Amino acid sequence: MITFPWITTLTMVPVVGAIVLLALGGRNKVLVRWIALAFSLVALILTLVLWHKFNTVADGFQFQELHTWIPSLNAEYRVGIDGLGLLMLLLTSIVVPIGMLASWQIQQRVPLYFSLVLLLQSCLFGTFTALNFFHWFIFWELSLIPAFFLIKLWGGSKSAKAAMQFLIYTMVGSIAMLMSFLAIYLATKTFDFTELAHLAQSGQLMPAVVGKLGWHLFTPEHTAMVIFLGAFLGFAVKVPLIPFHTWLPSAYSEAPTGTTILLTGAMSKMGLYGFLRILLPLFGVQMQQVLTPLLWLAVATVILSAYAALAQTDLKRIFAYSSINHLGYCMLGIFAVVKFTGGDTALTAQKFAAMNGVFLQMFNHGLTAATMFWFVAMLEKRTGGLRGLNDFGGLRKVVPVFTGLMGIVLFSSLGLPGLNGFIGEFLIFKGALPLVTWATALSAIGLLITAIFILGILQRVFYGPLGEKWVHLPDLTIGERLTLVPAIGLMFALGLYPQLILGVVNHTAIQMALNLRNF
Amino acid sequence: MLAWTIYISFLGALALFFLPSRRAAWARIVALLTTLVTFAITLTAFIQHRTGEMLTVVNVPWIPSLGISFNLKADGISLTLLLLTGIIGVCGVLFSWNIEQRIKEFFGFYLVLIGAVYGVFLSYDLFLLFVFYEIVVIPKYFLIAIWGSTRREYAAMKLVLYSFIGSAMVLVGLLAAYVLAGSKSMALGYLAGYAYPLHFQMWAFPLVFVGFGILAGLWPFHTWAPTGHVAAPTAASMLLAGVVMKLGAYGCLRVAMTLFPLGMSPWGFHVVGLGSWRDVFAVLAVIGILYGALVALVQKDFKFVIGYSSISHMGFILLGLMTLNQIGISGAVVQMVSHGILAGLLFAVVGRMVYSRTHTRDLPALGPMHLNKVIPFAAVTFVIAGMASMGLPGFSGFVAELMIVVGVWRSYPSLIVFVGIGLVAGVAYIWRAMQQAFFAGADTESTEPLPPLPPISFPERIGAAILICASVVVGTFPQLFLNVIHPALESPLFQGLRKGGW
Amino acid sequence: MNVTNYGQLLGLAWPEIIVTVTALLVVAADLTFFRKSRIRIRFAAAAAIGSIGCAVAILKLLLASTQATVLDGVLVANPLTHLVQIALLTLTIVTLLLSVDSTFTEHVSEFVLLLLLATVGMMFLVGSQDLLVIFISLELLSLSLYILAGFDKRSPRSSEAALKYFLFGGMSAAFMLFGFSLLYGFSNSTSLTHIASAIHGQPLSPLLIIAIVMTVIGFGFKVAAAPFHFWAPDVYQGAPLPSAAFIASGSKVASFFIFFQVLVLGFAGAEGSATLFHFQSGWVPVLVVVAVVSMLLGNLVAIVQSSLRRLLAYSAVAHAGYMLLAYVTHTQQSLAALLYYVATYSLATLGVLGVLAVTEKQLGNDKISDLAGLSRRAPFISFCLAIFLLSLAGIPPLSGFFAKFLLFTAVLAASPGSKLLLWLVIVAIAMSAVSLFYYLRVLKSVYVADPAAEISEIRSPILVQVVVGLLAGGVVLLGCAPDLLLAQILKVIHASGL
Repeated sequence: MITFPWITTLTMVPVVGAIVLLALGGRNKVLVRWIALAFSLVALILTLVLWHKFNTVADGFQFQELHTWIPSLNAEYRVGIDGLGLLMLLLTSIVVPIGMLASWQIQQRVPLYFSLVLLLQSCLFGTFTALNFFHWFIFWELSLIPAFFLIKLWGGSKSAKAAMQFLIYTMVGSIAMLMSFLAIYLATKTFDFTELAHLAQSGQLMPAVVGKLGWHLFTPEHTAMVIFLGAFLGFAVKVPLIPFHTWLPSAYSEAPTGTTILLTGAMSKMGLYGFLRILLPLFGVQMQQVLTPLLWLAVATVILSAYAALAQTDLKRIFAYSSINHLGYCMLGIFAVVKFTGGDTALTAQKFAAMNGVFLQMFNHGLTAATMFWFVAMLEKRTGGLRGLNDFGGLRKVVPVFTGLMGIVLFSSLGLPGLNGFIGEFLIFKGALPLVTWATALSAIGLLITAIFILGILQRVFYGPLGEKWVHLPDLTIGERLTLVPAIGLMFALGLYPQLILGVVNHTAIQMALNLRNF
Repeated sequence: MLAWTIYISFLGALALFFLPSRRAAWARIVALLTTLVTFAITLTAFIQHRTGEMLTVVNVPWIPSLGISFNLKADGISLTLLLLTGIIGVCGVLFSWNIEQRIKEFFGFYLVLIGAVYGVFLSYDLFLLFVFYEIVVIPKYFLIAIWGSTRREYAAMKLVLYSFIGSAMVLVGLLAAYVLAGSKSMALGYLAGYAYPLHFQMWAFPLVFVGFGILAGLWPFHTWAPTGHVAAPTAASMLLAGVVMKLGAYGCLRVAMTLFPLGMSPWGFHVVGLGSWRDVFAVLAVIGILYGALVALVQKDFKFVIGYSSISHMGFILLGLMTLNQIGISGAVVQMVSHGILAGLLFAVVGRMVYSRTHTRDLPALGPMHLNKVIPFAAVTFVIAGMASMGLPGFSGFVAELMIVVGVWRSYPSLIVFVGIGLVAGVAYIWRAMQQAFFAGADTESTEPLPPLPPISFPERIGAAILICASVVVGTFPQLFLNVIHPALESPLFQGLRKGGW
Repeated sequence: MNVTNYGQLLGLAWPEIIVTVTALLVVAADLTFFRKSRIRIRFAAAAAIGSIGCAVAILKLLLASTQATVLDGVLVANPLTHLVQIALLTLTIVTLLLSVDSTFTEHVSEFVLLLLLATVGMMFLVGSQDLLVIFISLELLSLSLYILAGFDKRSPRSSEAALKYFLFGGMSAAFMLFGFSLLYGFSNSTSLTHIASAIHGQPLSPLLIIAIVMTVIGFGFKVAAAPFHFWAPDVYQGAPLPSAAFIASGSKVASFFIFFQVLVLGFAGAEGSATLFHFQSGWVPVLVVVAVVSMLLGNLVAIVQSSLRRLLAYSAVAHAGYMLLAYVTHTQQSLAALLYYVATYSLATLGVLGVLAVTEKQLGNDKISDLAGLSRRAPFISFCLAIFLLSLAGIPPLSGFFAKFLLFTAVLAASPGSKLLLWLVIVAIAMSAVSLFYYLRVLKSVYVADPAAEISEIRSPILVQVVVGLLAGGVVLLGCAPDLLLAQILKVIHASGL
């Protein structure tokens, strides 16, 4: 059956865009920006087409393409999406235009900037659609390069160090993961995610790996655990999970804000996606064995990052920590789902809920965080780069529209019911509480602290006495308002009608949760 | 037809010898044509000969009284490396377009070197192989000593002596093997098929392996390499790191390991956990990986970074060989190609694009020059080459290292952590060098005019493009090479290696 | 056998007679026709006549394919000796041609006369298996060489060299004569074969051991093996160039050959063994020691030389060490390897000295540092020099490499698995790696270093260029197609049944 290669096309569109931009050169900056935006919108439209054509009740992957590639290594080009993949594609397609709009004022090396953004988008598409470790890893690693240069070349004064830290941390994780996967490959001779998942579910994977390695220094369990930890490290750094997070605040704050949007909106999901797509199916047993430490990590991520956010005065750093905090909830949800895999049917519904919550939270966080940094970008544009918490005050008087819209986003981030942030967190907590009660209860502290620092931002930036400097601060332009409308509209839509997404991902979430039962 | 790669290279050198002095500038053209033709030949052969099995090119008696014949054969492994030589040969000429001093001699030595390298990769008769192997040494010396930079004479002499000591060790092993097998034939197949006694193999294997390994940058015999690479002119560095070091690795695989497979079997006792020569060399290879990478991490001279990175990458090759399984060894061969291309490219950027323009290789001094703005092409090329070299997927380095690591998992799982650290250090030194050399001045928005440097010339662009394309092709379609490497490894020549569990 | 056939003797000695007559002709011609001519013309004429004479002798040797022995080996003729004699004559011709441009003496005819007489001595030397004749011809050779070494009367160095050479040579002759006399006393014969049969099957008496050591010392002086090499550096450096060339090439070939003959034929049965656990006195252990000392000393001392000629002298010591390995195994194959080695070695050494003939005249001395930038001042001879030196270093595809390969193979093949031989070969190969260092130092000066301020092109006479070019061609040819010579050597060795 020859079908239209939707996914490959989708992945290639940004690449073509990047090449066009580079060929165009830097003479006409305006044209470059518009062309870049046009390409990202084409990708968005393609994603929407996929969204439309997607069969929400079918099992397995859709829009699959399969080509032999390196037969000697048994590496195939296999792409396809399920609900999770589709959701991530959509998120990427939405976040990238936002990132571009937020970078509109960049003046230096414009074509290079936008082509790197498009390349990053392509890598993200690739990561979210690949079903074979070999080329999944290619996209996973390649995404670092545009990200690195976006941070390095257009970032703040300490960007060099931040970019390097970002790269090295992620590379260490990736290489550890690669090593683990090569051990698995050695035993199974396959890179295919589905096949590996089948092997894992039938309980053959780890014995095969352990048997093949013949590592006499360790017991089989320990060997399997080492393999798992290698893979875990790769994703944990990417998410990031505390204590692997130290690269994130400096990277987010040093990067140009448009790039930060991409980093937090889309790239941070790569780690979570990896947890769901790879770790969960392959290493369920090992995750269960070390569940308690993992849960502690999740809880620590939630609480400590919120505390850290409380202590920051730089808006970008606050949101960076807040980002870690939100992803911590996702981790909590995932680990909670892992806990019970047996036949306890009473908890099945909770697992489904938690899983759905994780999916939803991933999307929501992407959307909210991207929009939030967008506001930061707009603020920076007006203030010439100032974004300290203490630099402002009383802005609502001069920029009421800005204040109002940003308030909405802040509340979404805080998890106010009616906005998109609420429903994801609610589902996670609802599902996780019966599964891992203590951890969930502790994590609730995170919610509280989040509320404190979000309200603190509102208080210190928008209320209080107006600083002299900001009397003539211009409000949002019509154009900005118009571009913001779809994003904020989507927040409301999801908050009020989460089914919009749940309808698409529910089946996949249930499948994933169910597959965990077979250990 | 493959034999003509050798003849044409030597004829090219001869033609340069007779080129009148006032037409010295034509030397470039002659050299370029020569290398292009040989490249075309290797490419054609590579495309035509897809089965990877042993292909007899020429076989005529040469010294019948000693059973030595002019015997050229190529299998998948040699074809792959011949192709690499072809590519590097062409690019080396392109990156030497700016040579003005004693230009005829330069390209003369260059072509002799290339021809001899072709010869080594094609030789099936070990005497012939050794002859070509030795011919390589002399042009190297002059290329470095005459056209080199930093401490060139010292570096050239060191390189030559190391090479010569290495080949002396090889010669002893070969002579002993030849005599022991009855002095009838020096053909590789014949000698590899001869069942040497175990105790003989036990000393002959390490001797010959180290002999070749010296040229392959085996730690701790690597010290010639960084100094040699640094001192060499660009084209020579490219050849040196690109193909000459591969000669060593090729010799290890092709001669040492096929002739004396039992030399890798266990001693029967353990010394600090090492139970065989194979263990010893695997550990040395890993030390080389780590040592090269870590030393590269602290270098101030840009070229030294690349020089030490070669040690690290060659460590991967040797480690791949010592895994003694199909995936590890074929990974090593792919790594030879990959490192050949990438080291060539990196040296081209550092030596030609940067050094010959800025006249400094000091990283702190390069930083303020805003090289990424002044010569953006160099910056981009280095970034790509660096990414490929640190094993970023999609480029040649990744596939090779991936295969080697799989092999290592199989044979030496305990070493995997060190290999991982080596990989990470590889990322670190490349990016550190890149930052310091090209992007260090980016954050100061100074208004002072950027230092004017000559723009990147057309030959350089072509050369860089060829090498990048080659790396991407290897990285994305390694099957092209694996298709010919695997049958070669399955051939009777490697019989002895396959016994110990493939 | 008792009836001496003088006719046959004369028949066998034809080549030697031709050369002797030529020598006289040279003197006659020079004294009668060319007296008033310029030195160059006199040299040219003398060399031409001498060369023609040698060529005729070669022709005679080529045609004479007989195998004959007269008077119990007083004069031996077989394909092997013919081949060696042809080689010697060829080397003489080359030396003559190299001397054409010399200006060091006015006594042209005497010089050529001595050269040719030395050649005669060498020819008798290789064509004899009788101690007495060997000694006499050796003395004929040596006395000629002493004078040749001191022929440049204007140079104190030349005289010093001659004196030193004479003193050492005389002493070595004394040693040798003492050894020979002991042998005679032991066996009651001067014929090598008789001596061998007398020795054979008997335990080695101390007397015989002394005889062996004395003989080895005597020949060791001749072939400049360490520790009997002290004359070599001074003679190489001080002697006029053609003399040095002759000493370094022709006399080496002859000495090495006859040394081998004496040991193998004369001391058959007294080889002994030098392996650690089966030590047995004899001449093999002595030679092992001499060979190793020569290899080590020659190569290591050569490193620090600053004069190219002295460097060549020490490298000659080193090469003597390699060649002595062939004596240790003394098989047919080793003899073939030895002959091949000494032939190609002579070609390369002659070549280097030929190049020096050009450069010394213009640079005034043979300092390595003064050769700086030679490649740009005289590209062709520099190229040839590179070939000669690399051949000496044993770089393929030059003949020096193949010679080493052949030699080491022959040594190892004599008894595969022998640890001693293996270690000897390892030392030899390691030392040849060292030798590359000093040869490359010369080439570095020639190719890498920049010439001193005044860059004048060095004019090299066409004749020398041709000779050097031919030598270089020979070195390359014998390296690329070693079978040309090797097959011949093997054939004659088999034919001579040695």
